[in-house]
Amino acid sequence: MNTALVQTLARRLSSIHLTGEVRIMEVCGTHTAEFFRTGVRSLFPAGLSLIDGPGCPVCVTPNEFLDRAIAIGKTGAILATFGDLLKVPSSYSSLAKEKSLGMQVEVVYSPMDALALAEQYPDREVVFLSVGFETTAPGEAAAVLRAREKAMHNFSILPGNKRTPPAVKALLDAGEVRIDGFILPGHVSAIIGADAWEFIVRDYQKPCVIAGFEDFDLLASALELIAMIEQGQAECRNSYARVVKKGGNPRAMEIMHRVFENAPSVWRGIGSIPESGLVLRDEFSDFDAEKKFAVDVMPAKEHPSCRCGELLRGLILPTECPLYGKACLPDDPVGPCMVSSEGPCAAYYRYQGVR
Amino acid sequence: MKRETHIRSGHGSGGRLMNEMIDGIIREILGAENVQLDDAAIVDIPSNRIAFTTDSYTITPIFFPGGDIGKLAVCGTVNDLSVMGARPLWLSCALILEEGLAMDDLEQVLRSMKNAADTAGVRIVTGDTKVVGKGAADRMYINTAGIGVIEGSIVRREITPGDAIIVNGSIGDHGIAVMAARNNFSFTHGLVSDCAPLYGMISAVRGAFPEAVKFMRDATRGGVASVLNEIVKNRPWGAILKEKSLPVKGEVQAVCDLLGIDPLYAANEGKVVCVVEESHADDIVRILRATEEGADAAVIGRIESGFSGKVVVETAIGGKRMLPLLAEEQLPRIC
Repeated sequence: MNTALVQTLARRLSSIHLTGEVRIMEVCGTHTAEFFRTGVRSLFPAGLSLIDGPGCPVCVTPNEFLDRAIAIGKTGAILATFGDLLKVPSSYSSLAKEKSLGMQVEVVYSPMDALALAEQYPDREVVFLSVGFETTAPGEAAAVLRAREKAMHNFSILPGNKRTPPAVKALLDAGEVRIDGFILPGHVSAIIGADAWEFIVRDYQKPCVIAGFEDFDLLASALELIAMIEQGQAECRNSYARVVKKGGNPRAMEIMHRVFENAPSVWRGIGSIPESGLVLRDEFSDFDAEKKFAVDVMPAKEHPSCRCGELLRGLILPTECPLYGKACLPDDPVGPCMVSSEGPCAAYYRYQGVR
Repeated sequence: MKRETHIRSGHGSGGRLMNEMIDGIIREILGAENVQLDDAAIVDIPSNRIAFTTDSYTITPIFFPGGDIGKLAVCGTVNDLSVMGARPLWLSCALILEEGLAMDDLEQVLRSMKNAADTAGVRIVTGDTKVVGKGAADRMYINTAGIGVIEGSIVRREITPGDAIIVNGSIGDHGIAVMAARNNFSFTHGLVSDCAPLYGMISAVRGAFPEAVKFMRDATRGGVASVLNEIVKNRPWGAILKEKSLPVKGEVQAVCDLLGIDPLYAANEGKVVCVVEESHADDIVRILRATEEGADAAVIGRIESGFSGKVVVETAIGGKRMLPLLAEEQLPRIC
C-alpha cells in the first residue's frame, strides 16, 4: 500500500475533532489485536472509544464445552484442538493440565490434520474440538464429509461452532451498552457476505463498515465509520471489497449448511442466543462426539471474580477487571480472554502491559 | 570391533562400550589432540581476566534447517562469551543421550560441533557422557561450558539517551525455521536458522571502535524484544524501534502472520543487539555489513528519555505500540 497515502490517513484520524464521545465496536478478535499492533489505536482522537466485541471464538466458548471435551478425553479418546484452547481454564482443569497428566491432546492447524490423526491411530477415537466462527466451520464441515466418504468410524467432532450476526443482534437487543457503529469482521464476511449485516442498518439504524486487517484497512474503515456517525448516516459499507463479496462465498456456505444446521448456542457472558450455533445435522450424528460419548459432565462453574462475560458484552475494558495483570496472566490465565491471541485481555497485556 | 548402530544403556556404564564410544567416536570426531582424558582439562590462560559461561541445549528437532543441536551448542556458548568482549578459547561438552539414539545421528552432531568449534577458533577440551533410559530424554541434550579471555575492556558501559540500537541482520530466522521444520510448513522452503559463531564479527567492530559499543547481547530465547526489555528495565529511559527499519525476511513474516507471532519475540542464534554511541552508529553498521554474519545489519532504533522502562515500536503509519516482556515463550524448546 502507498505509504504516503497511509500516513495521510493516519494524520487525518489523529487530527479529527469529535463533537462528542464516539463509541465504536470491533466485533472481530483479530481486529482487536491489529488495532494495537499497527499503532492505529494510539492515533485515536480524544473522545473515540473502541469497545471490544464478542469476536474471539475461544473467549465466547463456555466452560461447559471444555468440561465435556475433557470428560471425553478421559475415556481414552485423542483430543485434537487448535492451540488457542489448550490453556483456557475449564471449570475444574484445562486441556494443558490434562495433557501434562497424560491425556493425549494434539495441537492441529486444521480439521484435516485431525482426520489424518484418526487415520494414524485406527484403533483409537479421535475427537476434534470444533470451535470457531463461520471462517472455520466450512473446513470442519469438509472434514466431516471426508470422514463419511472414507467410512471412518473413529473420527468425530465436538461441535462448538458459532455464527457472529446473531451475537451482534443480541448485544443490540440487550441495549446494555451504547454503540454508535460497528467495525465488522473481514474474514467472516468473506464467507457469509456483506449482505448478512444489513440488519444492523435496517433494524437498528447503526452504521457499520466491513474491514480488512492491514493498517490501511483499519484507518480507512475507522475514518469512514466516524464520518457516518458524525453525519448521522446509517449504512453498511464494505471497505474490504477486494475480499468480501455481497453474497459471500456460496460454495463454503453450501458445504457448511450441508453438514451443520443453525441452533441456539450458549455464549460466555451473553447466555443462549437463538440461531447462533452450528450443530451437526441428524444424518451426520455418527460424527457428533456429543452423541457418540455419553459422558457425565459436572455442572460448570466460573471463577467468581472473572469478568470475561461483561468484557465480551462490551461493558468493561480489560484493565477494569480486578484480576487483569495480577491474578490473571497469559501464562496463568483465569479467564479465556487472557489466553487466545484474539482475546481482548491478551491483546491489552501484550501491547500495553500493566499500567 | 562390531559397530554399534544405536546407543544402549551400556554406553553409559563406564565399561568397555563406553570407552570404545569415547575413544572411537567422540574424541575421534572432536579431535583427540584437544579432548583431554583426565578428570579435568589443564589449560594455560594468557590473561588474568576470564569470562566463564554455561548453557544447556535441548532443542527439538535435533536437526533443523541451517544446523543441528551440536552446532547450536558450540555457537550459543561461544556467542555468550563474545558479546561480553571475551575471546572464546575452551569449551566443555557434556552429552546426555537417550537409549536408542542412532549412532549415525550422534556422529553427525559431533561433526557439526567440531566444524563450529574450528570456525569459532575454540577447542573442546573436556567432556562427559551419560546415557538415560528410553523416554527419559528426547534423543539427546548437550551442555557446554565455555571460557574466554578478556583482552581489552568488557562490553558493559553506561547507556544514555541518544544511543543507537543496532542488530546485525534479519530477525527471527532461527525460531521460525525450527517452527516451520516442526510443522512441515511447505511455504518456507529455503528458510534456515541463522545459527553462527559471532566472535569474528564482534571483534571486527571492537577492533575498529574499542569503546563505542556500550552493550551487546545475543538475542536468543525471547528474541530482540526480550533483550531490549532487559536493557530498559528500571531505567529512566526507554527504547524506541522503527518498525520500517526492522530487518525481517518475507518468509519469516509469513509464518509469523499465520501463527500470530511477532518476529521481535522469535529466537535468533546468530544475532546480537548492540547499543552504541550514536556518532559511530553508521560506521559500525558499515563494518558489520562487511562481515558474513552482519550483511543485513541495520540501526533499528534509539534510546530515548521519556519512555522510562519501556520498549516502544513506532509503526509504519507513525502510531506506537508497546513491546512488553512476554509472560512466556511463543515456541517450545527452540534452543
